Amino acid sequence: MVDWLLEPLRYSFVVRGLIAGLLAGLACGALSAFVVWRRLAFAGDAIAHSILPGVVLAFAFGLDLLFGAAIAALVAVVAIGLVSGHATLCEDTAIGVVFAGLFALGMLLMSRVASAQDLNHVLFGNILSVGVADLAAMGTVVVVVIAALTAFRKELVATSFDPTHAVAIGLSPALIRYGLLSAVALTTVVAVKTVGIVLVIALLVTPAAAASLLSKRLARVVQLSVLFTIIATLVGFYASYYADWSSGPAVVLALTGCFVLAVLLRRARSTRAATNR
Amino acid sequence: MAYGGRCVLPKSENAAALEVRDLRFRYRGSTEQALGGVRLRIDPGERVALVGPNGSGKSTLLKLIIGLERIQTGSILVYGHPATRCRHRVAIVPQRQDVDWRFPITAREVVLTGRYVHLGWCKRPGSEDYDRTHAALGAMEITELADRPIGELSGGQQQRVMLARALAHDADLLLMDEPLNHVDLATQEIIFHTVERLTASGKAAMISTHDLGILPMHFSRAVFLDKSVIADGPVHEVLNPQKIAQAYGFEFHKTWSRRPHG
Repeated sequence: MVDWLLEPLRYSFVVRGLIAGLLAGLACGALSAFVVWRRLAFAGDAIAHSILPGVVLAFAFGLDLLFGAAIAALVAVVAIGLVSGHATLCEDTAIGVVFAGLFALGMLLMSRVASAQDLNHVLFGNILSVGVADLAAMGTVVVVVIAALTAFRKELVATSFDPTHAVAIGLSPALIRYGLLSAVALTTVVAVKTVGIVLVIALLVTPAAAASLLSKRLARVVQLSVLFTIIATLVGFYASYYADWSSGPAVVLALTGCFVLAVLLRRARSTRAATNR
Repeated sequence: MAYGGRCVLPKSENAAALEVRDLRFRYRGSTEQALGGVRLRIDPGERVALVGPNGSGKSTLLKLIIGLERIQTGSILVYGHPATRCRHRVAIVPQRQDVDWRFPITAREVVLTGRYVHLGWCKRPGSEDYDRTHAALGAMEITELADRPIGELSGGQQQRVMLARALAHDADLLLMDEPLNHVDLATQEIIFHTVERLTASGKAAMISTHDLGILPMHFSRAVFLDKSVIADGPVHEVLNPQKIAQAYGFEFHKTWSRRPHG
C-alpha cells in the first residue's frame, strides 16, 4: 500500500502536480465558504470562463499562460462590477452576457492561433503538466488569498451577514465584494492547472456546499471545505496516475462523492435526532 | 468612511441628536420622489416613533441617515456632524429581510460585530470588546443562546440578538426599522424597556413601525411620514382616528403625492 502511494512520487513532474493540486485545493477550499454564502457561484464560473481569451493571447505572444489568465480574470471582475451596477438588468443576466462573450472570443482566438492540443489542458486541466514557475506563482496566490481571508475575515463576516449594519459602521459592501471577487479570480487562475476552466466552479462551490450540510459554524465549515478539497485532489491525483483518468474530472467526481456522503450523513443524523426525541 | 478608531468629532453643545433638513430623494430609475423635503429634529433623550403607510419613505429615511443611500439634496446631521463622518454614533437594527439569517454565525459573533466600528481594519477584538458583548447578551437575556447559530433562533430571539449588537455598538442614536414584526410579546417588552433605559441615559432613538396600537404606551412623540413629515408631536395628537383613516386610505395618498413641493 505504502509503495503504491509512494510510487508516483519518484518522478518530479508528478510531485509538482501533487503540490499544485494541494495548493489549489487549499485556496479553493478556504474561499469556497464565502463563494457559497455570498451566492457568487455564477460570478465565479463566469470569471473562470473569461480566462480563456487571456490564456490564448498569452500563448500567441509567447507569454506565461498564468499571467495571461490572471489579467483576463481581473478584467472580468471589473466588467462584472461595472455591469452589475446597472439597475436596468438583473445581475446574473449581466454576468451571463459578459462571460458568454468573453468565452466565445476565447474559443474563436483559440481556433485561430493554436491547435486544440496546445490548449486542451487549459479547458480540462492536466495535473501532470505543472512547471516549477507555475508552482511559484500558485504558491504566491495561495499565500495572498489565505492571508487576505484571515486579515479581512471580520469585514467579510459583517458584510455577508448584514450589509446594512456594515454600512452603518463605515464599511463598503461593494469594496469587500470586489476584494472577494478578485480573490476568486486569482484562485480560479491557480485551479485551472489542475481541473481546467470548465470545472473550476466545482472546486469553488462543492466543498462548502458539502461542509455547510455538516456544520453551521464558520470556522468548521472552512476547515471541512479545505479537507474535502484536499481529499478529492489526492483521489483525483492517484486516479489520474494509475488509471490514466483526466485529472480534472477525477478531482471533481471525488468532490461530488464527498457531497453525496455529506448528504447521507446529514440524513442519518436527523433520523437519529428524530428517534431520540 | 470612518471605519474603526476613535470618534474625534466633538459633540457640539445643544446640538440635536438628529437634524434632517429639507431632505429630498429619488431612487435611480424612478420618476417619483421617495422623500420630498423632510424636516426633522430629534433631541438627546428623545424616543420617537416613525409611522406612516407602506412606501411612505420610512426605510429610505433610515438608509439615508446611515449612508446606505447617498444624499441628493438636503442634509443630515448627527450630533452636529454628517453621520458618515463618525460611525460610532449611529447604530441600526435593520428590517428582517435585509439580513442573511442562514449565514453560519453564532449569536455571540453577531453581537461582536457591533464592536467592529471601534476596531477597524486588521484589529482583533480585545477583552473590552468581549466584555461588552457579554454584557449586551446579558441585558437582552440571551446569554444561554450565545453559542447557537443565529439561523436556529426564533424571530424574537433573533431580534434580541440584533438589539444586543446595537448595545455593543454603544451608539448615541439608535435606529430600528420595524423591529416588532414577528416578535413575541416578551421580546417586545424587552425591546421597549431597553430603549427606555437608553433614552433615559441621554441617548436618542427613532423606531419605525406600522403597529400603531402599541405606540401610546411606549412613546411620547410620533412622527408621521408620507414622503415628508405630515404630523409631528405627542402620540395622541399625531395618531387621532381621522389621521389614521386618512393614512391607510387612498384619498390621503393622492392628495399628498400631488402636493407641489417647495
